[in-house]
Amino acid sequence: MTQHSGTGRIFKKAIVDSLSLPAFILLTTMMGFGSLARSAGFSPEMAALATALIWGLPGQLAMVELTTTGQSLFAIIFACSLANARFFPMVVSFIPTMTRQRTGFFQLALFAQLLSINSWAMCMRQFPDIDPDFRKFYYIVFAASILSAAIAGTLLGYYVSAILPDALLLGLIFLSPLFFALVLSAASKPGERASLILGCAVVPLAHLYFPDVDLLITGVVGGSLGYLLGRTSAVQRLL
Amino acid sequence: MSNETLWLIVLGCAAATFIWRLLGVVVVKKINPDGALFEWVTCVSYAMVAGLIFRMIIMPESRLAEVSLLVRCAAVAIAFAAYFGFRRMLLAGVLAGSVSLSVMVSWFG
Repeated sequence: MTQHSGTGRIFKKAIVDSLSLPAFILLTTMMGFGSLARSAGFSPEMAALATALIWGLPGQLAMVELTTTGQSLFAIIFACSLANARFFPMVVSFIPTMTRQRTGFFQLALFAQLLSINSWAMCMRQFPDIDPDFRKFYYIVFAASILSAAIAGTLLGYYVSAILPDALLLGLIFLSPLFFALVLSAASKPGERASLILGCAVVPLAHLYFPDVDLLITGVVGGSLGYLLGRTSAVQRLL
Repeated sequence: MSNETLWLIVLGCAAATFIWRLLGVVVVKKINPDGALFEWVTCVSYAMVAGLIFRMIIMPESRLAEVSLLVRCAAVAIAFAAYFGFRRMLLAGVLAGSVSLSVMVSWFG
């Protein structure tokens, strides 16, 4: 199979791929965040900067929710950090898929800062079709494109979401988890597929007993079981 | 809260999220991307993301909690049906699921 290559073509592909859906998803998702940030008392500049720098919706939502309920500064920052802890394994699994070349620390830190579930899920799906020499470039263009859409969405939501009818707003909020669910259903390796299923199975219990660290527990328990099951021949045949 | 506190919250949250990303960069330089450890970490990230999405849909803390569980599940089923029906087209699945949720909400309240 031929892989996509060439600066111009990769740039075009990254823009087209991002505009085909992810940019729209982030625009609408961040509208929800923008409207919540407004009701929590943040200024539009703060809301836009939160999207640009935190760049992880679960943590952003934890931030606005706890600010609304008047928690302490430390408690808010701690909760946001835990809600975004998934970036640790995501960065570890993402970088070698993108590049095997030696890459400088600051460049890697920049790649890590730009990572979001959207770019992680889309790139894990697209990278096999892209020439390895152009994956970094594809990722940077894609990430910059959806980040711009996210910031625009935050500001749009800050100013206009109050006038949208409820049914429409709920449909917009629903776009984001739906998009991730569909993108992830394309995971191909048995271990990854088993981990996806087990993650869904473990999270209700983890959430019930350890609500603050439910996703960490879900990741370690579901991922370890998924990893082990993925090595058995029965699961390899089944998934 | 005062403006200064709110700024501190935003910047503090950004720094506290960046710590996890940085930890990933530090660790990724030390492990073999073809080894078992890397495969395990990838499985952990898949399980975490799946758990997060499952929680967003089934046990939401967002405004989706206002929508009944049955409606949410029906909309997910419609989304997957459209996705596979239209040869794995993401746009078809996402639109079908989102529009059907909006329609069900306005019908059943």
